[in-house]
Parts: sequence; structure tokens; C-alpha cells
Amino acid sequence: MTEWIAGLGPWLIAAGTLFFFAGSLGLIRFPDLYARLHALTKVDNLGLGLICLGLACQASGLAAALKYLLVWGLVLIASSISATLIASTAMACGLRPHQHRPAMRTGTTKESHP
Amino acid sequence: MSHLVLGFDLVIVAGLAWLAWQALFDRHRFSAVVHFMAFGLVMALVWVRLDALDIALAEAAIGAGVTGALLLAALGRLPATSGHAPGWRDSQWPLVLLALVTTLAATLTLAWVAWQLPRPGLAAPIGEALPNSGVNHAVTAVLLNLRAWDTLLEMTVMLTAVCLVWSLGPALMPYAPATSLPGLPALARLLHPLFLLVPAYLLWRGSHAPGGAFPAGAVLGAGGVLLVLTDAVPWMHEPRRQPLLRLLLAAGVLLFLAVALGGVLLAGTFLVIPASVAGTVILAVEVAAALSIALMLMAFYLYGEPGR
Repeated sequence: MTEWIAGLGPWLIAAGTLFFFAGSLGLIRFPDLYARLHALTKVDNLGLGLICLGLACQASGLAAALKYLLVWGLVLIASSISATLIASTAMACGLRPHQHRPAMRTGTTKESHP
Repeated sequence: MSHLVLGFDLVIVAGLAWLAWQALFDRHRFSAVVHFMAFGLVMALVWVRLDALDIALAEAAIGAGVTGALLLAALGRLPATSGHAPGWRDSQWPLVLLALVTTLAATLTLAWVAWQLPRPGLAAPIGEALPNSGVNHAVTAVLLNLRAWDTLLEMTVMLTAVCLVWSLGPALMPYAPATSLPGLPALARLLHPLFLLVPAYLLWRGSHAPGGAFPAGAVLGAGGVLLVLTDAVPWMHEPRRQPLLRLLLAAGVLLFLAVALGGVLLAGTFLVIPASVAGTVILAVEVAAALSIALMLMAFYLYGEPGR
């Protein structure tokens, strides 16, 4: 049973890395700040969850495994709240969400300053 | 396998140099600050590769986290027109070249000196002195007993930095959008038990494993900074609480100095801690230092002297 779980670890970590790659691609390629926030908060947190789960599978004991999962939980809380803060500050600064399909890209999007 | 590890190390070093260059020379200030924070995180990775977990913890928490957030918060207060740094003037180029040449020469000299260092290092003498130091972890023993003088000076430097920041003018109120949204105050309140629990754990760990006053103070300070940014510590601004605030800020340095002078009285030498009480004394100094470090980090975020 334990060997089976430890063998699962590398696969989960590999899957997590794939999600991180997709998230980073989204951060570079998505048209505006709001879409990029989706890439950062959804895809990357899923990737982090998979990596933490993979590390927890290989951990030496239950306490260490739970610590990895605690890391994931804390990052989830922090990133959801910071995403809300960034998005609503950008909204307050008058940054409109990108409404068109990304067929024709119009210029570069502005960075938002908090 | 060793080739893979070597390649990983080389990638980290190249990334570090590139991030440092971007942090220094990127004209866009926001981008420069983000590169600085990334530099801190990669630097923490370098410390992990060098097996210096204590320094990695402190670098990630203070170098990347607290300092980066301080720079970001300061940037948010600058007028929007100052988002770009001005370019170099023609008259500045000789100075820039001189600085680059000096940096390169200093780096090469340091690399050469590091190559010449005696190979086994000081690990064996420290291991011999460890039973008399009062703690079981070599890094804590060096920081708070064998080379306590350095740590005392570091704390004094931080206190001086607080004085400098406070001499800039009266404290600024937190930036409005952060307090008008419910998310950040809720986060600060929700996570505060953890921000107290984790430093206590790090302090307790410090006597036998990586941890200790600086990481503990950094984590406690991070929680405090969240409270300062959400305007949740009104007592720091009250004029009648100012003597208490100043006393707590100086507590780490004062207790350290008291221990150092106690060494003069008991053993005849500055900063000598008798082995019989070393464990207790070091724990007391660590607690006071962690509290002072946390409060000093919070004090930076006031951007000026409170209660004025």
C-alpha cells in the first residue's frame, strides 16, 4: 500500500509541473490582467496542489504530509484574497476587462499599480 | 546525475545574475521591484543548495517577502508619472562603467579568496565548542554565542534604519483601497493565530534545528505588516503609547547589551555567557530579538514617525 502511494508521487508532481507550465503560458499569452489572474490563481494553484500532494505521498510520515497540504491550503487562501485585491484595485483604477475574442490584439495591456 | 545537478546549479547562478541586472537596471520601477523579489526567492534556493537552511529561511522571509512588499507599498505611494526611472545622462556613463569594473574586480577577488580558504572550514572548532554554547544547533550557537557581537551589531543596524525611516516625517495612513475592501482585513484576522504559532515553533526549533530569532521575527513581522497595512494597530499611532513602542523596538538590543555587560561582571569579558546559564540566556535574548525584529519590520511600513 505504502509503495503504491510513494510510486504515485512522481506522477502527481509531473502533472503539477504541467499545470504550472500552462499557467505560465497563460500569464504571458492572455490578453489582459483579469484573464492573467485566472491563469495565476486557478491553474497554478491546481499545479501547486498536485505538487504538494505528490510530495505528501513521498513524505516520511503523516505529520510531514499534512504540513505539505497545509502549505497548499495557506497559498489557496492568500492567492484568492490577493487576486480579489488586484482585480478590484484594477477595476477602481479604471482598467476595463478585455471584451473581444483575441483574434486581433489591440496594443499592449497596461500594468496595474496597486 | 552529478551533471544534472551541476547544470541545475549553473542555471540558478545565471538566473540570479540576470535577475540582479534586471532589478538594478530595469527602467520600469514596478518591473525592477518584481525582479528584486524574484531575486530574493532564487537566492533562497541558492542557500538551500549550499545547505544553509537558516539563511534560506531568513532570505525568503525578509529579503523577498518583507523587503519586496515594502518596496511595492512605497511604489504605490509614488505619483503615477514616476513609474519609469530616468535614463542615464551622458555625464553619468563614466561612473556607471567605473562601478561595473569595480563590481567585477571585487567579485573576482572574492572568488579567489573563497578558493584560498582552508578546506574543512570552521565546522570542527564549532563542533568542539558546541557543548559549552548552551544550544545544540551550530548556526544558533554561532549567531547568539560564539559570534554574538555580529548579531548585536545587526540588530543595531536595523534599529538605526527604523530611526532613519521615522526621521523622514510623520507616519502615513494606509493606502485607502486596501482598507475599503473586506478581503485583506479578514485575511489578517483569520491568519493571525498562525502568524503567532509559526514564530513560536521556529523559536523553539532554533535550539536544535534551522529556525531561531530572525526567521521567527520575520514571520511575526509579516503578520504584523498585514495588520499595519489594514490599519488594525491603532495603538502604534497613539501619542501616550509612544514610550512603550520605543521600549519594545529597542528591547532586543537592550537585552543583548545587558547580557554582554553581564558577561563583563561575571566572567570579565564582554559578551561571554557562562555555560551553566547559556541555554536560558540565549532563549531570552532570542525571544526579545524576535519581538523587536517583528516590531521593527512593522515600524518600516509606517513610513514615518507615529504619534506626531
